[in-house]
Amino acid sequence: MSDSLTYAYYPGCSGTGTSIEYDMSTRAVCAELGITLTEIPDWSCCGSTPAHTVDHTLSSALSARNLALVEKMNLDTAITPCPSCLTNLKTATHRMKKDGFRDKVNKLLDTPYQGGVATKSVLQIIVEDMGLKALKDKAVKPLKGLKVAAYYGCIMNRPPEVMNFDDPEHPMAMDNIMTALGATVLPFPLKVECCGASFGIPRKDIVMSLSGKLLDAAKDIGAEALVTACPLCQMNLDLRQDQVNSAAGTNHHIPVFYYTQLIGLALGLSEKELGIDKLCVDPRKVINAIGRDETS
Amino acid sequence: MEIVNITKTYDANFVRQVEEESGQDMSLCYQCGNCTAGCPYTFVYDIPVNQIMRLVQTGQKETVLKCKSLWLCATCESCTTRCPNNIDVAHIMDVLRHMARREGYAPVPTVKSFWDSFLSSVENNGRVFEIGLLASYITKTGRFWTDVDLGPKVLPKGKMHFTPPQIQGKEEVKKIFNRFKEESRK
Repeated sequence: MSDSLTYAYYPGCSGTGTSIEYDMSTRAVCAELGITLTEIPDWSCCGSTPAHTVDHTLSSALSARNLALVEKMNLDTAITPCPSCLTNLKTATHRMKKDGFRDKVNKLLDTPYQGGVATKSVLQIIVEDMGLKALKDKAVKPLKGLKVAAYYGCIMNRPPEVMNFDDPEHPMAMDNIMTALGATVLPFPLKVECCGASFGIPRKDIVMSLSGKLLDAAKDIGAEALVTACPLCQMNLDLRQDQVNSAAGTNHHIPVFYYTQLIGLALGLSEKELGIDKLCVDPRKVINAIGRDETS
Repeated sequence: MEIVNITKTYDANFVRQVEEESGQDMSLCYQCGNCTAGCPYTFVYDIPVNQIMRLVQTGQKETVLKCKSLWLCATCESCTTRCPNNIDVAHIMDVLRHMARREGYAPVPTVKSFWDSFLSSVENNGRVFEIGLLASYITKTGRFWTDVDLGPKVLPKGKMHFTPPQIQGKEEVKKIFNRFKEESRK
């Protein structure tokens, strides 16, 4: 089975910077699971939100340059950990099915993109191509005793006809992974509510309010940790948690893991290679408690 | 509530243009309000999204293009996902932003500066250079205290680079932007 799990890998810009631990843990987990990632050589930025707010042809061209590189690799599927990159790659693919639009995009490129590369999230291929059972079988340190809320953010599954994975209002992929690995997953009512996205710099007040609500809700349901699949969500909830506390007069101290970090812990990988030390809110207490309540 | 006399201010061309650029049929919106009910940003909007839809239907070009909401929409896709008539509302918001830009409106200057700084970082480096992006944003806006409290958290963790990323395709990416600018001038 493992020889078929080979993908073109698009890390995304934040994976080389502020979400480096997401990239590290993704690579480590995939290697352990027998999933082969071949990084797209010389990949460039997808343009993220700013590009599509300026023009859709420009935005799609920035994505299509990368898809054209995948065509040269002779691989049929590109995967990325980042939902924002994923949205751009998928939207470009979706829109370029129309000849007129594809021609406009290709006019901006050195190498035109023919179409035909499938794009998926790393989360999707772990759930669909690898499968929960295979994942569970490889877990050597179950996450027993960890009470976690899975937070998906807004665009991993929406709009459904473009993203084509899981449920747009009530996604379960991360919930199911965490349950399979032995954690207690609490029902989190705000799992697809927006965290404030990239407004942290230009309109901090917005992120304070929206991310504040998410942290309040996580606390209310008794979550000891949040688990995310999005670099921007993770940054708003983890790096900005003290800012939220100051703005709202709260005292949250909730670690925010990437789901790949928790899979990695369950697979017995070292904290170092999963970049656990790069999280801002100290996860020590939560990690130490894993596995302890089996006798209680 | 403001009363709009649409017999005097209806701009048919505007409605047609929004429909053409977004590929959406504006007349399908029957004002159920589902988009606004689910929109996390209504609390900072000057005009809620369902009212923007109505104002587009009634051809109120200037009111729509100068509103702040267009710059505060994060494209979270709640509206699009929940519209009972399958209108891609977020796509319409995007198209309205494109038009507002072309007409020179920027009622939330910090957001425009941030998006512009982000894109020039991509244009110049091929990938985003996070510290450079922040520096460019601060220079543009004069907001010197932006996130200074986060520096001590991020820098020791080695998550930020002090030099721009280097990719071979840097010039290729720059050419995408140049060709786009050329095409837009036509």
